[in-house]
Amino acid sequence: MIPIVGTRRGVALRNCLILFSILSWNTVLAVQPDEVLTDSRLEERARELSKELRCLVCRNESIDESNAALARDLRLLVRERLVAGDSDQEVMSFIVERYGEYVLMTPRLTGSNWLLYAAGPVMFLISFFVGVVYMRSRQCALPSQEMALSKDEQIRLNEILEK
Amino acid sequence: MITELGHYALILAFWVSIVQIVVPFVGAHQGRPRLIAVGEPAAIIQFLLTVFAFFALVWAFATSDFSLQLVTLNSHSDKPMIYKITGTWGNHEGSMLLWVLIVTFFGALVAWFGENLPPTLKARVLSIQALIGTAFLAFILFTSNPFLRLAIPPMNGQDLNPLLQDPGLAIHPPFLYLGYVGLSMTFSFAVAALIEGRVDAAWARWVRPWTLAAWIFLTIGIGLGSWWAYYELGWGGFWFWDPVENASFMPWLLAVALLHSAIVVEKREALKSWTILLAILAFGFSLIGTFIVRSGLLTSVHAFANDPERGVFILAIIGFFVGGALLLFACRAGVLEAKGVFGTVSRESALIANNVLLATSCFVVFIGTIWPIIAEMFFDRKLTVGPSYFNFVFTPFMILLGVLLPIGAMLPWKRGNVGRIMRVLRPYLFLALAMAALVWSVQTNRSILAPLGVFVGVWICVGALVDILSRAYSSRDILRILRFPRADWGKLVAHFGIGVIFFAICGLVAWQQEDIRVAYIDESYDVGGYTITLRDVQRHDGPNFVSTMGTVSLSDGGDEIAQLWPEKRNYPVAQMTTTEAAIDYRIMRDVYVVIGDRQDDGGWVIRTYVKPFANWMWFGCFLLAFGGLLSLSDRRYRVAAGARRPLHGLLAK
Repeated sequence: MIPIVGTRRGVALRNCLILFSILSWNTVLAVQPDEVLTDSRLEERARELSKELRCLVCRNESIDESNAALARDLRLLVRERLVAGDSDQEVMSFIVERYGEYVLMTPRLTGSNWLLYAAGPVMFLISFFVGVVYMRSRQCALPSQEMALSKDEQIRLNEILEK
Repeated sequence: MITELGHYALILAFWVSIVQIVVPFVGAHQGRPRLIAVGEPAAIIQFLLTVFAFFALVWAFATSDFSLQLVTLNSHSDKPMIYKITGTWGNHEGSMLLWVLIVTFFGALVAWFGENLPPTLKARVLSIQALIGTAFLAFILFTSNPFLRLAIPPMNGQDLNPLLQDPGLAIHPPFLYLGYVGLSMTFSFAVAALIEGRVDAAWARWVRPWTLAAWIFLTIGIGLGSWWAYYELGWGGFWFWDPVENASFMPWLLAVALLHSAIVVEKREALKSWTILLAILAFGFSLIGTFIVRSGLLTSVHAFANDPERGVFILAIIGFFVGGALLLFACRAGVLEAKGVFGTVSRESALIANNVLLATSCFVVFIGTIWPIIAEMFFDRKLTVGPSYFNFVFTPFMILLGVLLPIGAMLPWKRGNVGRIMRVLRPYLFLALAMAALVWSVQTNRSILAPLGVFVGVWICVGALVDILSRAYSSRDILRILRFPRADWGKLVAHFGIGVIFFAICGLVAWQQEDIRVAYIDESYDVGGYTITLRDVQRHDGPNFVSTMGTVSLSDGGDEIAQLWPEKRNYPVAQMTTTEAAIDYRIMRDVYVVIGDRQDDGGWVIRTYVKPFANWMWFGCFLLAFGGLLSLSDRRYRVAAGARRPLHGLLAK
């Protein structure tokens, strides 16, 4: 099945090509030099934010990695907002307002999403607890139980001894 | 003609596998040796038939037989021969055929090498393996038949996805499949043991080699895939937490857990039902992986052939196998009585901790992978779960595991004393901490990741060495180390590999440098201490692509150390462009150069990355697989496992 850990960009590219046939043909690399802001601080923030926003046409790629024209538009939008003096938070809210929650790479901890974040720790506590209970039970088990032979084993032992 | 014969062979294989399900199973149940004996030849015939079908398809690809729909869609006469052949599994139908081929291959292996298994267990294992084979043969024959003909064959094909035309990808899927499907063997053993109601040290010993083999293949497959992504995708990422990557990673995590818990069953006859459950879940996750890729339910960009009907079929297969096995488990697990007694601080409990952490981290990956579906179905929210989530929830478990590993690996069975072990390990703990502190103070950016990686990496590696050396030392004869069982060496090498991987990932992520700019011919610039100069850009014609190739010279302090040729390839038939990064591989770092588009002013977009320790990651993967191989070659799997045969042989009665 997964013949290909990696066609992601391949198919992504193809999808994009279908959607933007000519547009994306010339934008083969993600962040282009002409997008880069002169203020390196702002640029660094822009890169960090871009990693947290998904490209809406290429599945599962952030706009930082994506080659699609739409991703480029979003990258430019992020930089525009940053230059305009928005905080990171404001930029994100601005974009989520327009494109919906779907655009965020990391789900916000709101509403039902607490399940997503709690699942790991809760599972860990449960399995830890079960593990401890199991170890306790093994500790208290009667030593004689370990020594006892099953019926088969007794028969085999007898066979061996008779030889 | 060969195509039709291949199709026919596949249908025959389907019928043979149905025979293989029923006859040995009934034989084992009723204790009739003649029925049991059907299993072996059936498994071998089924395998040979599938081999024939598979090679019929390879032949069709190799000869560019465009009367086959599949060949037309995925091949082209201009493609190099190697990619014509590997194109056989570069598509849905062909890859499913490869999947079935490997299922039957493992069945045949049991028939060939399983002579030391008790006949009833062997019969049941073969029968369950055939059940899996039948399900997937039916899947191929009814929903994704590779042998469909076209009424009017076209003059030429539509070419394979160019990203798949790469040596890394040509060998990567078969390895991954061998891993996934290898877990079907463990599954069959687990279900057979549940039916028999007996799990003991001998059973664990029979199962462990199969699990090990599957795990080695999975490791190699994932490593190759990751390496491929690194050099092919154009920016040197090696892991994306994409659903499809997760689909291969979850079975891998569970296989690691299973390898360790099977040791407890083998040595101490405890953790039996948990080991069985793990075996069922590990294969379950392999199936879920198939489902994820094939159904299109999770819109991974990997999923190159989505079809709801196929998805439903695979969902039914998962429901049947996982549901059925779990039901059986619920009914029969009570029969499996643990025997070994051990204290709270012991090797056993350390291995339980290992299992708790691995299983939980697998669970976390699973939740993150399917959460978009759950959120949409139950909460009506469309959202994305990206790498940050996985890094955030997964990493703590791995670090905890890494910190506990050297201590756990040295604890004795039954009852141990952490204080005594720490007396041996304390200097090395300080060594690891000191190196981390050094890194913290030397590095320019204040990243916590790098010191942490250095600490855990050094701690694990040194711990693995101390483990084996202290044992040799305590036996007073240092040369005895040469006579340690291979499994001990396997443990050393694999644990060492994990340490190397920890270190490499943290170092790479924390210290890589990136530069994106428009470069002009013969104009130099500096990146991470190296001087980069674009010398020339030219057009080249490949067999089925047109390439734009740059010549980049890389110098260090005035001396040229490498010439690099990054490429951008355009495949006209497939209408795709790929980037071929040029990489200067060195032990301590890679310099990674990618060429982009020509600008209006005559410059070219060039991206340069300096990636420290990238090769250590692949080397770590190699060590993991090599450690597994050493362990697999341990004498006890070849010799001791057969010891029970004469007394238990049903046929000998």
